[in-house]
Amino acid sequence: MMASSYNAKEEDGHHSGAASHGGPAVAKSKKPDNTAFKQQRLLAWQPILTAGTVLPAFFVIGIFFLPIGIGLFVTSNNIKEFEIDYTGVDLDSPCYSCAKNFSWNSTTPCVCTVDFTLEQPFESNVYMYYGLSNFYQNHRRYVKSRDDSQLYGDLSSLKEPSKECEPYRKRDGLPIAPCGAIANSLFNDTLDLYHIESNGTVNVIPLVNRGIAWWTDKHVKFRNPGGNNNNLTVAFQDTAKPVNWRKPVYELDPTDLENNGFVNEDFIVWMRTAALPTFRKLYRIIHKKSSTTPTLPSGRYVLNITYNYPVLSFDGRKRMILSTISWMGGKNPFLGIAYITVGSICFLLGVVLLIIHHKYDNRNNSADIPS
Amino acid sequence: MLRRRLNRLLGRDERIADRRTIYVGHRSGSTNDAIIPPKFCDNRIVSSKYTVWNFLPKNLFEQFRRIANFYFLIIFLVQVIVDTPTSPVTSGLPLFFVITVTAIKQGYEDWLRHKADNEVNKYPVTVIEDGRRIRKESEKIKVGDVVQVEEEETFPCDLILLQTSRDDDTCFVTTASLDGESNHKTHYTVPDTGRDLESLNATIECEQPQPDLYKFVGRMHIYTSNQDPAMRSLGPENLLLKGATLKNTQRISGVAVYTGMETKMALNYQGKSQKRSAVEKSINAFLLVYLCILVSKALVCTTLKYAWQGTPGQDEPWYNEKTQTVKETNFYLKMFTDFLSFMVLFNFIIPVSMYVTVEMQKFLGSFFITWDKDFFDPEIKEGALVNTSDLNEELGQVEYVFTDKTGTLTQNNMEFIECCIDGFQYKYRDASSELDGFCVTDGPVSKLQQKAGREREELFLRALCLCHTVQVKEPIECHDQGDGLMDQVDGLEADGQETSSLQEQRGFIASSPDEVALVKGAMRYGFTFLGLESKTMKILNRNNAVEMYELLHVLNFDPVRRRMSVIVRSKSGDILLFCKGADSSMFPRVRQEEVERIRMHVERNATEGYRTLCVAYKYLSAEEYNQADKGLREARLALQDRDEKLMAVYNQVETGMSLIGATAVEDRLQEEAAETMMALQGAGINVWVLTGDKMETAKSTCYACRLFQRNTELLELTVRTLEDGGRRREKRLHDLLNEYYKKAVLDAPPVKGGVTRSWSSTNQDYGFIIDGATLSMVLNSSESNSSRYKNLFLQICQNCTAVLCCRMAPLQKAQIVKMVKNSKGSPITLSIGDGANDVSMILEAHVGIGIKGKEGRQAVRNSDYAITKLKHLKKLLLVHGHLYYVRIAHLVQYFFYKNLCFILPQFLYQFFCGYSQQPLFDAAYLTMYNICFTSMPILAYSLFEQHISIEVLLDNATLYREIAKNAMLRWGPFLQWTLLSLYHGLLFFFGVRFLFSNPALQDNGQVFGNWSFGTIIFTVLIFTVTLTLALDTRHWTWINHFVIWGSLAFYVFFSFFWGGIIWPFLKHQRLYFVFANMLSSVSTWLVIILLILLSLMPEILLTVFCKPRGSNARQMKHRLPSSGTSTIFMLSQTASTHSFSWSD
Repeated sequence: MMASSYNAKEEDGHHSGAASHGGPAVAKSKKPDNTAFKQQRLLAWQPILTAGTVLPAFFVIGIFFLPIGIGLFVTSNNIKEFEIDYTGVDLDSPCYSCAKNFSWNSTTPCVCTVDFTLEQPFESNVYMYYGLSNFYQNHRRYVKSRDDSQLYGDLSSLKEPSKECEPYRKRDGLPIAPCGAIANSLFNDTLDLYHIESNGTVNVIPLVNRGIAWWTDKHVKFRNPGGNNNNLTVAFQDTAKPVNWRKPVYELDPTDLENNGFVNEDFIVWMRTAALPTFRKLYRIIHKKSSTTPTLPSGRYVLNITYNYPVLSFDGRKRMILSTISWMGGKNPFLGIAYITVGSICFLLGVVLLIIHHKYDNRNNSADIPS
Repeated sequence: MLRRRLNRLLGRDERIADRRTIYVGHRSGSTNDAIIPPKFCDNRIVSSKYTVWNFLPKNLFEQFRRIANFYFLIIFLVQVIVDTPTSPVTSGLPLFFVITVTAIKQGYEDWLRHKADNEVNKYPVTVIEDGRRIRKESEKIKVGDVVQVEEEETFPCDLILLQTSRDDDTCFVTTASLDGESNHKTHYTVPDTGRDLESLNATIECEQPQPDLYKFVGRMHIYTSNQDPAMRSLGPENLLLKGATLKNTQRISGVAVYTGMETKMALNYQGKSQKRSAVEKSINAFLLVYLCILVSKALVCTTLKYAWQGTPGQDEPWYNEKTQTVKETNFYLKMFTDFLSFMVLFNFIIPVSMYVTVEMQKFLGSFFITWDKDFFDPEIKEGALVNTSDLNEELGQVEYVFTDKTGTLTQNNMEFIECCIDGFQYKYRDASSELDGFCVTDGPVSKLQQKAGREREELFLRALCLCHTVQVKEPIECHDQGDGLMDQVDGLEADGQETSSLQEQRGFIASSPDEVALVKGAMRYGFTFLGLESKTMKILNRNNAVEMYELLHVLNFDPVRRRMSVIVRSKSGDILLFCKGADSSMFPRVRQEEVERIRMHVERNATEGYRTLCVAYKYLSAEEYNQADKGLREARLALQDRDEKLMAVYNQVETGMSLIGATAVEDRLQEEAAETMMALQGAGINVWVLTGDKMETAKSTCYACRLFQRNTELLELTVRTLEDGGRRREKRLHDLLNEYYKKAVLDAPPVKGGVTRSWSSTNQDYGFIIDGATLSMVLNSSESNSSRYKNLFLQICQNCTAVLCCRMAPLQKAQIVKMVKNSKGSPITLSIGDGANDVSMILEAHVGIGIKGKEGRQAVRNSDYAITKLKHLKKLLLVHGHLYYVRIAHLVQYFFYKNLCFILPQFLYQFFCGYSQQPLFDAAYLTMYNICFTSMPILAYSLFEQHISIEVLLDNATLYREIAKNAMLRWGPFLQWTLLSLYHGLLFFFGVRFLFSNPALQDNGQVFGNWSFGTIIFTVLIFTVTLTLALDTRHWTWINHFVIWGSLAFYVFFSFFWGGIIWPFLKHQRLYFVFANMLSSVSTWLVIILLILLSLMPEILLTVFCKPRGSNARQMKHRLPSSGTSTIFMLSQTASTHSFSWSD
């Protein structure tokens, strides 16, 4: 037995030179292994989708989705949101003249004020957004026009920004910091909010500019060259400010070293390009003062705008949005409606399937009997 | 200058010339001219395609010749040259991956070939040079070298045998590695080459190398010092082929005639033509559609882009100015670049990795055939063999099966049943009397019913004993029989008593099993063939006396002549010609008065399913013999048209013989032949039997296999029916064809889907029979009618349950296959056969299957798949074919599906980003989508899926019909998949887009940007695409679980990883913490879950609503008790005229 098998091997080896030359015609006198894998008989779970198995799933989906949907819908409805367009397109709008007479070279900022009334008080923290429309932050040329290593504090990139930043790369021979179209078009309107109490006193509402950017962006992705504690004026020397900026990058927030230069949160928020041409970005947070009084009581307000940002040239719009936030984020009825719809469709389908299942089963049974 | 060119021209002429001259041992001929050694190639075998140096360029060139690879190369180049939205890496990396994988595979294969080549080329051989034996490496052998080969060695090149250590100037070889025939073949030395090779002075003239293993013509001139050069003819019997092994002979010497790549073996292994499967054609069609979609998408986007830019302020707002170079470029050039950019952005719609995956699936999947233990045959200890993995899925699409009869439907295990001598029937009745058989002297008179004269009987039996090419197995092979029997032949002569038992164990080897059966049959009647020794045939007659016959000539069998003869000289000096052959080829060549007596028996035997041969003899006078001898020798010496000349001489000699009798040999049906045929018919496959056998035999086999049943009406179109009418044949043919056409086609109710109705209909079944002569009339009749007849013939055949074509020449078999293959609807054909005569039809059909039978290995070598038994065909088609088809069809559809819904959101996003070609997904995702995230689950699916279990598939042949005609890859299912992917794409994009109408999605009021947008869509996409596959998976092995859940886990892990680090080599840190932030938002979770569920809904509903069919089959399985009995039960039901309507 042993000898014969050895012989066979020997013979194979002897012929292999000639036989394998032709390719696959080597005959193996080996019995195939009787393993489950080779015989395609691996243990297998064979689920069969039938009305019977799908039915409960549909009901379960329906039962889960409907309450979630209703919850989402109610939550979304409870979120208070106030939106005001201050672009100044119409003649009677307060910012008309600012918008019309805009010039990049004017030294004195144009200021306009918009009055508005909140019908309902805003409880808890209120988030102030600015919204832009018809602004293509997602345009390919725009999206790629940035240098992340420069923003990461890389010194060589500070001196020699990436080619992607063209045509916002160099100015008069000096590298622009921060370079690129995104940084260059930083939203630079200043919005101030005043509450006019019923007795006529005007209260400044404190707007917090921290905590508006992603934590990871603020602390990791964006860094000032040479660390955050240095003198930024020195760090940014030999660089030029972006073409359309009114002040250099190290003066974005001179009051707070932690929020100046590349790590300025307004700047970081802007640098996260929006997905759609109509978008909003978080501008300020109005923290709740005490549990008794609403953050923004109902009444008259004045929005003071330092109008620096031209949008009319490309038919854009600017908005200021005040909104409360829930666990699901900002106001968005879509999710709630979608969940309710899908939930009820599932439920309905469940019912339909149940009927079909019953009928089908009956017919099946009756068909089985004669045979 | 001119002379040199002339010389070169002449030199070339010499090479082209149809013969070559070889100087044996490099010694010149009679003239003392200096030999101009002709240039022949060296003995190096080069089967490898590449060397280390040219591998890279040559392999790359080969790969980029494929249209798909070339397309991706172009895309890649566009990305490099033009400023495109995605970096060249996104398409470069997958392309690199694909190219690398293929290159590694091909490189490995080539390395194996190199190794094999080296083993052959470096093999040490002994060359005799100037009387000295020199060891050389095999590759250094030159044409003209005298090579010495020892026993059990393989020949290093094609040699002409000059000298052998055996006394009878023969040597034995086995060509197992060439054509698989393991029997020993005898080769002869060239006569008169003398014992002294050193002084041999000879030249050989022979034809240029040609691949036919069994043909060789040449001539040898031997120069001796004092005589005229002697001339000897050389034939295949003198030629030892490279690759064959020397057996039973200690040592031979031969002169190399063909070396290296010019040897017959090397010429034979130059690839077969590539067969392409129908699935591949479908893929190409789909690719074309997707290419159109791609181009139109790019066109739409470009047009819209320029329309949109037309409105003032949009093209270049102050915040987004163009660079100087862009501003300066030509408008039209810009437009063109934009178009190209869109093409690049959307190019993922054409799946790069599909070809690789398909190829991997085919390659790996084919192992399941070789691994299947059901295909293992314990007798020959071999399983199935896969020669090409390209056609796996084609096995599931077969509509026509063309099967050979002998060896395929039948076992080719011949048993001598009876014979008839002079019209008297001799039947061997008692099986138990085998041992004391008829060979004892007193036996025959009583047992052979004394009807024919004893002399005639003995003549007949002698004829059986002499007229063949059987060899007796050498005694060395019979070691195990005992020590004392080293030389069996001697033992036989010495001891009569002991021999009788040994005779039964005696092994005969022959290329045709019929001959063995006949020799064994003769042995049972007392005449034992003892062997052939130096041209002398020895037979042991009834009286235990050894008769010696000198074998003068063998007139070999060939399928055209359908007979073979030997010319022998008996001891008494009489020269006899014995001839045996098919009745049709024998009857015209014998004296007519003897025919009628025999014909009756032959026909009766034929109807019983036996193979019949007629035996005739003739005495040759010395004069006749000399004439024949001269003719034969001349013909054999001829360098040109040798075959034709030989044939003419054969025909001339084999005339005027007298018929002695006929033999009947039974060829038993293969195991489960009937069940297999029934299963094939049940699967909607038309079975055609193509055989060279005569009609009656074939017909009875068909009945036995249940291809014809008792209620089948046979439509015969044979020479006999044509002659019945007494009118002109052509006219009769015309009438019959029309009549049958009316019967089978017009009167039959239309059948839906072209499925034969052998199972559930009560309609009349038709069987069609045609023979070779009539077929050639149909095919070759006058021009005007030819196509019409062909058409009629095809239509009749398509409406018959079974078709039998008998008396077919091998070429006609291929002709029929070709005709059906090219008929309307181009059905998929499969040919199955075991012999050399089936090779042509195996090569012609879409799928060729060889049976590892007894007629050598030629069929196996030329086949796409080889199996050991006919019954395996059932599992091969019904199970493997079905599963492979479903797997690959799903694979293809799924690939297109997943790429369309991958790219559709990208396309839709263009409407929201100012047609700026902004990609929605990060480059890493674009690159990895096809390679890593979604490739493994579908590969696992396409290897392991069994949507219906193997047992059910085996039991219900009708399931095969469900996938007939490429059912899963037609435009219907394609549209269905495309709609599904459109739905998915739209859902993903707009679902997330509406979510982003307020991008403040986190509970701290922070907003998400465009990369979050893309990542959410991508996450939904990955999960949906994978879960869609999970829904389609009906067979979850642990591998499926591992791969599906593993892919999803890998995606999540990768996303965290990719977004968790500031990658120093990246220009943009786009995804930094995007994924983690995304998951911190509840709304995102909710939308992801919602969209996944919503996109899976249609799939779930569809499977639930379309269930009835599948569940029916499943229930049926429950109803029928067990697999084995159920088949038989169904068979018996259908055999009767009652309809069995379970399938309604």
